[in-house]
Amino acid sequence: MRDVAIVGVGMQKWGELWEKSFRDLFVEAALNAISDTKVSKIDHMYIGCMTGGLFVGQEHVGSIMADYLGQRNLAATRVESACASGGMALRCGFVEVASGMSDIVLVGGVEKMTDVSGDGATYALATAADQEYEVFHGATFPGLYALMARAYMDRYGATRDQLSAVAVKNHDNGLNNPNAQYQMKLTVQQVNESVMVADPLRILDCSPITDGAAALILCPLSRAKEFSDKPPIKIIGCGMATDSIALHDRKSLTSLDAVRIAGERALKMAGKTINDINVTEVHDCFTIAEIIVSEALGMFPAGKGALACVNGETRVEGKFPINTSGGLKSKGHPVGATGVAQAIEIVHQLHGEAGKRQVKNAKVGMTQNMGGSGGSSVVHIMEVA
Amino acid sequence: MFPARVAREMPHRYRLEAAKCRNCGAVFFPHRLICRECGHREFDTINISAIGKLISYTIIHTPASQFKDESPFALGICEFPEGVKITAQVVDIAAADIKTGMSLQIEFRRVQTDGHAGVIGYGYKFVPVI
Amino acid sequence: MTRKVGIVGYGAHIPRYRIKVEEIAKTWGADAPSYKRGLELWEKSVPPPDCDAITLAVEAAKRALKRAGIKGSQISSMYVGSESHPYAVKPSGTVVAEAIGAVPFCRCADYEFACKAGTEAMYTTLMLVKSGDIEYGMAIAADTSQGAPGDALEYSASAGAAAFVMGAENIIAEVEYTTSFMTDTPDFWRREHEFYPQHGGRYTGEPAYFKHSVGAAKSLFEKSGTKPSDFQWAVFHQPNGKFPMRVGQMLGFKKEQMERGRLTPRLGNTYSGASPLGLTAILDVAKPGDRIFMVSYGSGAGSDGFIWRVTERMKEVQNITTQTFTLLDEKKFYVDYGTYAKFRRKIIKND
Repeated sequence: MRDVAIVGVGMQKWGELWEKSFRDLFVEAALNAISDTKVSKIDHMYIGCMTGGLFVGQEHVGSIMADYLGQRNLAATRVESACASGGMALRCGFVEVASGMSDIVLVGGVEKMTDVSGDGATYALATAADQEYEVFHGATFPGLYALMARAYMDRYGATRDQLSAVAVKNHDNGLNNPNAQYQMKLTVQQVNESVMVADPLRILDCSPITDGAAALILCPLSRAKEFSDKPPIKIIGCGMATDSIALHDRKSLTSLDAVRIAGERALKMAGKTINDINVTEVHDCFTIAEIIVSEALGMFPAGKGALACVNGETRVEGKFPINTSGGLKSKGHPVGATGVAQAIEIVHQLHGEAGKRQVKNAKVGMTQNMGGSGGSSVVHIMEVA
Repeated sequence: MFPARVAREMPHRYRLEAAKCRNCGAVFFPHRLICRECGHREFDTINISAIGKLISYTIIHTPASQFKDESPFALGICEFPEGVKITAQVVDIAAADIKTGMSLQIEFRRVQTDGHAGVIGYGYKFVPVI
Repeated sequence: MTRKVGIVGYGAHIPRYRIKVEEIAKTWGADAPSYKRGLELWEKSVPPPDCDAITLAVEAAKRALKRAGIKGSQISSMYVGSESHPYAVKPSGTVVAEAIGAVPFCRCADYEFACKAGTEAMYTTLMLVKSGDIEYGMAIAADTSQGAPGDALEYSASAGAAAFVMGAENIIAEVEYTTSFMTDTPDFWRREHEFYPQHGGRYTGEPAYFKHSVGAAKSLFEKSGTKPSDFQWAVFHQPNGKFPMRVGQMLGFKKEQMERGRLTPRLGNTYSGASPLGLTAILDVAKPGDRIFMVSYGSGAGSDGFIWRVTERMKEVQNITTQTFTLLDEKKFYVDYGTYAKFRRKIIKND
């Protein structure tokens, strides 16, 4: 296996982008990534996209995006793992280069979520859960995470304020990210009093509906200097795992085994421990998700993740900075694009380009992307080459 | 809600039929073709008991459109003596009276319908033990 | 044919929600005390949106199987009588049969005859067993009937189900005599595509309910050579609290014989379920050797009569599962008229 480097990144400001079509969103981000390098020819393209079909009636995503990117006959396909589609696209791209099959691979992610009504979006997102045994009975994503939140709060005594602290921190970080969908400060009280979605989760516990895309360029580390003058970012670890699709079939409601195992696999491949990781982007689709993921990755013991955030341990200057980008909560969550944008934030951090949200001396970073209620997770570890 | 999709799940939704691995005894709801624990491919059909224990619940305020008239409603996961956990609505009880750890009973109810002209999807919900 | 047949298991199901007469009267500007006096009824059961005649029938059927001590697969016929079958075309019986595991070798069709659909199903099932063609059959009476808003029937139309396993072995109440008295009498009807039924006002009394109930009752007395004092219990169709008492007294029965089976004052009129549910309440406390006189009534019109004799085995089954008074009187939730109207889909929506 060859060493693989990220040599360029691109995305746009995320939000409700009424003027931008599904294809324009992706192409814009892809062109930004290409312009970030000296790449002219792409060998292969992987696109993370949960469901072009349910959101805009468009499948065959590889074909349409290669077409509109102006890369006729490019080898391309869509990769899907619900909300972990972007991370999975990155894994596929990594393997494509590492194996020697291709040299220049464009990894992108895109989701256009506002061309359907709120109901349509709820329906589309719910396809990440167990259709016949969860969704049939009325389960929604906030509902499934709320089941986890209540179990976590019952078991460990975590409080409403502690959940809110995660949203507050991520919004503080988002204020310093020009690409974030929401750049607004939040207080714990605002989160606590926001409208109830699925008890105990409130609207400000939940990541939003977002249009957006993100892309990056991979190449063999040995050729990185041909395409960029910036220090290449080497992918040193990649781990992926699934778990039962239905929440009720998990071993526990308060842990996420797919995350834990994906994290262990990535760390083992990278030859690192969690304490070597300087900055992490995690999948905070809901505040409780960030808390449980941080424990699953080994940052904090079981039951201590909620307190850790309140104590500042996950802030930019903390021991385990999490979601300096603002996370899904503040940056937005165009489902298929999230995993790629997480990698982009780590690249910025490792390049020292993160401005006010820069983690000092960030040398090794990690991304954790997750599908559904924890039915899949993919973790990448990167360092400055 | 195409009829074939609804009819296929009836043994599970109507009769709570589950599959018990003939080799290791693991129980799966709904049935499986291969045991997740030991890889065995033969199963016996058993019926899940009527009474289970609530291990978590939530009150959903923003449901999908088929459930709008029922909003807000409680959704819970109950664990059954056979070792399976099932997700379903919790009904006939005030939200404030729902407590994790309480016993709940399975009752046959309409779960969702395909509008007012389509097929009625019957299945299970959890109610307080009578 | 001398095969003894009868009820082998019985079960009831009633939804937990109730609405008081005062609540309905308040909405329509009516005088609650007059309705309570006139109907001898003070509250009725209300089915939530996820309950219908089928779901009530399934729960009653499960209880009946428990008392019968048999498996669903032993049931060879399934007849559900209702005037609120959830589908206009597609049987209720198939869903119930599937739910209890009686499929596929089971006879089935749905019954309709206003409030006597269930008792006709009971009669047919008894005779199928008596003929020797089947060993066990299930007859169910289930309804979630609608009353037109503001109409007198809105105070009483309620929801409930009673299920009976009929067989020739392990009988708990043997059927000694049956009869039926039926004419074409249009006292109460609903045309296709109409949401609510219509009725003939006072025409529903003497020429309808009383004529047929009395006709069936007298036929029963003649066939069996009995008189009211031979019975410990009597149960009649009970569209309100008054009619069953009046017809019972006309026939010579005493209040004490009829009180247990008269559920309407706090249940409302469960239509097909009315006299069958009254029967289940009696069976819950009846003693071996007790005789029960039962006459149903269905508009259109007709009455089915039964004389039951309770056996020794009854003592073994009464407490196996939930009793009717428990379903009727415990853990009730009272709703207001708005919730009632929402539950009963009386509110016009766009979809």
